[in-house]
Amino acid sequence: MSTATANAPGKLVPDEVGGLHWQAEAETLPTRELGELQLARLRATLQLAYDNVPFYRRKLDEAGIAPGDVDCHGRAQDLPFTTKIDLRDHYPFGMFAVPRDEIVRVHASSGTTGNPTVVGYVRSDIELWGDLIARTLAAGGIGPGDLLQNAYGYGLFTGGLGLHFGGERLGCTVLPISGGNTERQLKLMRDFGATAIACTPSYALYLAEAARDHGLGPDDLPLRVGFHGAEPWSNEMRAQIEHGLGIDALDIYGLSEMGGPGVAFECRCKAGMHVNEDHYLAEIVDPQSLAALPEGEVGELVITTLSRRAQPLIRYRTRDLCSLIYEPCECGRTFARMTKPVGRTDDMLIIRGVNVFPSQIEEVLMSIPEIEPHYQIVVDRKGYLDVVEVWIEVGEDIFGETMGQLDSFERMVQQKLYSVLNIQAKVRLKEPRTIARSEGKAVHVIDRRTETK
Amino acid sequence: MKVTQLTVFLENRSGRLAEVTDILGKAGINIRGFSTTEAAEYGILRLIVPDPEKAREILHKEGFTTHLTEVVCVAVPDEPGGLARVLDVLAEQQISVDYMYSLSFQNICFALRDIDRAVGLLKDKVRLLSDEEVRGL
Repeated sequence: MSTATANAPGKLVPDEVGGLHWQAEAETLPTRELGELQLARLRATLQLAYDNVPFYRRKLDEAGIAPGDVDCHGRAQDLPFTTKIDLRDHYPFGMFAVPRDEIVRVHASSGTTGNPTVVGYVRSDIELWGDLIARTLAAGGIGPGDLLQNAYGYGLFTGGLGLHFGGERLGCTVLPISGGNTERQLKLMRDFGATAIACTPSYALYLAEAARDHGLGPDDLPLRVGFHGAEPWSNEMRAQIEHGLGIDALDIYGLSEMGGPGVAFECRCKAGMHVNEDHYLAEIVDPQSLAALPEGEVGELVITTLSRRAQPLIRYRTRDLCSLIYEPCECGRTFARMTKPVGRTDDMLIIRGVNVFPSQIEEVLMSIPEIEPHYQIVVDRKGYLDVVEVWIEVGEDIFGETMGQLDSFERMVQQKLYSVLNIQAKVRLKEPRTIARSEGKAVHVIDRRTETK
Repeated sequence: MKVTQLTVFLENRSGRLAEVTDILGKAGINIRGFSTTEAAEYGILRLIVPDPEKAREILHKEGFTTHLTEVVCVAVPDEPGGLARVLDVLAEQQISVDYMYSLSFQNICFALRDIDRAVGLLKDKVRLLSDEEVRGL
């Protein structure tokens, strides 16, 4: 594949919605040409992996697929998957497709359990990454002359250095302030006239509150746009950040396994994140059957790298749940858009074949003011049937005088749950303080089906 | 002439009822009358006590969910048709009765899971009433 994927530096041209293209030609490639480019790059990636990564040679041999066999997207769906466990099993450098001395950088995930996930880059990977971030920043309307305050953490985490090199590649002034020290963040933001900020959405919200505490309103800050990722965040949170800092807050998606942030990014339409499809092949599969899902359905996002050389990954299961939108976007980019992830496959419960997220249950419960903020979801199997119980505590707001009141309250909650989840959940009324509290992250789900297996 | 009744939410766990009566007993609160109603997983305990506000506060501190309601207590003549006369007054005016129970605290009827074992356990500690005795009350 040689230098086919190397990118010339971009040239800023306006998009259709007040942002900028960094690599306009690639970003607006007609769908057919994009498909051909993806196929060529997919074949090269498979060859690279087959020739240099024993793990992939074995996987492809087992699947009976030679790299050259892949001739259309249909065939790509027969390729084997890669999981985070595979990466851990080949710790630290077993997934590299190039000799160690060609690797110019290594990042690693924090890894709360066991070994961290390692990701390597050759020089062209670093350049590619810079371009992807430059596309992201340009889509938000910034370029040379802008000052990007980069409040992502610098270090093994890909956020800090990723945004840093992307900003420099784009030609804006980068302030590598890293995370924390909010006082200094606000001082330098004003003194230096930062027009853009990159940080996690939760930190953006924190900065907005701190600014308000210092008597700084959105008009007192020079910021115009923010780039926020690495955490799930809602559109309500977006509204709060935008209001507090007086900016357009844009979402950015990535994962260290794929090289970091820059896999997908929002344009100013804020209607889903454009996947950089010339460098990443995205699919949505059913997390159980692993079968491809029809367009628009929510399932697990699976990504194949198309241009990374140090560490090609084939059909990597991201565990993020979202859907893909293929309708053209007003901005002019032809890349499909991914929706904000609605959850992680790790959190998802499958109850009688229906996918249920604890967050959906929580939303229903929190919409009923009488319910205390403590609850537990208990899933069990009776015979061949999954049964779900939602335990809530009976506070004095619920408890009236008669059995009928409790009964109708119980039925009301059950009905609300049914209308959202489409499954019958039994509501169990518990005495106060009987549902376990936890110091850190509350345990809201008890799945007894796995205990009995 | 209204009386305040204390209502307590209880999960159906063995010993839970005993906990309530223990707490009230230790606090020197004498139960004058009570009734229980049960669903599959929880029940409601209704109590008539001399100081319902104080009893409520004590139970609340122990983590119980409680409620105070106004009820009417009637001295029903101890003769055939005594209860009927009270109910007739209400029925004529279409006042419905949500529930009612007897206040007399001396003789209490228990429905138990393991009745024979319970009889064995109780018979030396308290006086159990025979069939004849109950008929003669």
